[in-house]
Amino acid sequence: MTDDSLLSVRDLVVQFPTRHGVLTALDGISFDIMRGEVLGVVGESGAGKSMTGSAIIGLIEPPGRIAGGEIWLGDRRIDNLSMEAMRDIRGKRIAMVFQDPLTSLNPLFTIADQLVETIQTHLRVSAREARERAIGLLDDVGIPAAARRIDDYPHQFSGGMRQRVVIALALAGEPELVIADEPTTALDVSVQAQIIDVLKRLCAERGTSVMLITHDMGVIAETADRVAVLYAGRLAEIGPVRDVIKHALHPYTHGLMGSIPTLAQEEDRLIQIPGAMPRLTDIPPGCPFNPRCPRVFDRCHVERPDPMPHGTRRVACWLYDEPQGEAAP
Amino acid sequence: MLAFIIRRVLQSVVVLLIVGLVAFSLFRFVGDPIDNLLGQERTIEDIERLRGELGLDQPFPVQYFNFLQGISQGNFGVSYRQGRPVADILVERLPATLELAAISALFAMILGVTLGVYTAIRRDGWLSNAIMTASLIGVSLPTFLIGILLIYVFAVELGWLPSFGRGETVQIGWWSTGLLTASGLKAIILPAITLGLYQMTLIMRLVRSEMLEVLRSDYVKFARARGLPQRSVYFRHALKNTLVPVITITGLQLGSIIAFAIITETVFQWPGVGLLFINSIQFVDIPVMASYLMLISVMFVVINLIVDLLYFAIDPRLSASRGGGH
Repeated sequence: MTDDSLLSVRDLVVQFPTRHGVLTALDGISFDIMRGEVLGVVGESGAGKSMTGSAIIGLIEPPGRIAGGEIWLGDRRIDNLSMEAMRDIRGKRIAMVFQDPLTSLNPLFTIADQLVETIQTHLRVSAREARERAIGLLDDVGIPAAARRIDDYPHQFSGGMRQRVVIALALAGEPELVIADEPTTALDVSVQAQIIDVLKRLCAERGTSVMLITHDMGVIAETADRVAVLYAGRLAEIGPVRDVIKHALHPYTHGLMGSIPTLAQEEDRLIQIPGAMPRLTDIPPGCPFNPRCPRVFDRCHVERPDPMPHGTRRVACWLYDEPQGEAAP
Repeated sequence: MLAFIIRRVLQSVVVLLIVGLVAFSLFRFVGDPIDNLLGQERTIEDIERLRGELGLDQPFPVQYFNFLQGISQGNFGVSYRQGRPVADILVERLPATLELAAISALFAMILGVTLGVYTAIRRDGWLSNAIMTASLIGVSLPTFLIGILLIYVFAVELGWLPSFGRGETVQIGWWSTGLLTASGLKAIILPAITLGLYQMTLIMRLVRSEMLEVLRSDYVKFARARGLPQRSVYFRHALKNTLVPVITITGLQLGSIIAFAIITETVFQWPGVGLLFINSIQFVDIPVMASYLMLISVMFVVINLIVDLLYFAIDPRLSASRGGGH
């Protein structure tokens, strides 16, 4: 969109051919990530958050494939690159952090092996310099006595420490964008905040953009600049975090915000959204949220809303189609 | 580590004692060696005299004890048939079997791992599918049939390779090797393939399924996401992780390669310990049979010990001595 845009996803469609027909996991998703920005991506399990991340880095598990749309990194289109060309981008320009640090590291290699190999894959440095850099990275992510611990194996670290190592590995190639796929979900609550802090601080220092996939709205509120809300493989709402949290437009986002407990208000029960997200095989016609929407009307059953601009945001809801439709839910 | 080895060795001794007991008691039912040794024109006196000489008139526990005592002093007894110390006969025959087993194992491992990795990486390629289908033949055909088929094609029809024997051998100390002469090398090809084919297909299918499992793992996905070259992802990160279970099976298979050599050696008239064993059964040569079984079980036990130690070398998680945690 703007010149500042680092990553631009346009009408992305991801499909899985199955025995029962083609499943559309992502259906026409568009968003941008600016340089140095933290974009939060939220949604229920199966909404397509991780799929979006995998599509960007070009690692969708076969038989899934990108069936439509474009992904641009700067001025380079990357959704149609060969495996070989994509490998130059992975780790070097776009890195990824996965959910479970216990399984993300190869158990049979030391931290040094894995870091040095990654650094030398992307940067032209000697083995000794790579090791120096590796120790520096471990220092940065907050591993105590990094110089000594670098020759340890993954099983000798705790879960939180391993996720720090994973972040060090992701940053080893000095990427411009880090896709963090639920980086704290598998960790103790006490460690989660630390890991998010490390990620946020290091990326801010380096000017690295972050796509933070999570279902923890609290983390989004504290960390992200903007937030994208996904529902059933489609973009429901995207906009600045403050606006979305204070004043959600889409009824789904509104429900999502209502289900966060706050200390300020005393509520008997948290609001919950009735029903469950439809399976990809039976998404209703019109708006996919219509069976659960408290403010559903006729048009929602017939026509599918695309995200339309609304102030600082874009929202896919017919409530905001009329120019005067300022009636917030 | 040392405690582990000592414990394993002690366990092994118990296993060996039991194998010895079973072997020794089984052979009492194979037949009476005296019949074979003396032939038709024997007298009661001859039989009694020989029985006394061989110690066969003593109660079973005493016979077993004497057998064990002999073994512990390196004395495996005297062959009834050949009248020579069993130890000498085994030493003479063992190199043939060990060479055959080693070549088969190398063939099985190298080809098995290579094809296993290939069929895992090119999972849906037509060549992979062809290899996988062909491997079913290797798994399901009995060893002797493969041997006979190979002999028919390469020895009888094409005449490229010899159908029996070891070819010329060279004596190096007490070890006789067929690997240094052209005819010896030619002679070992067919028996080695026959003996190793089943193991090869087994290793291949195992490597393939382990590899497919590992390729789905998070750390391989993360390695790919870091942009590591394909070669490194497959042969550094994935292959090493598939090797732990593969080593177990390969180790056990090495033991059975030596044991199954009986059939291959019979088909190819290979002058090893397996053929010796088969011939001994016909003559109820109990010392040879019992010593052979003990030898095979010692090999099994030693190979298992080596396999267990290899784990420590490959998987750092097993050596708790380095401490860790945080």
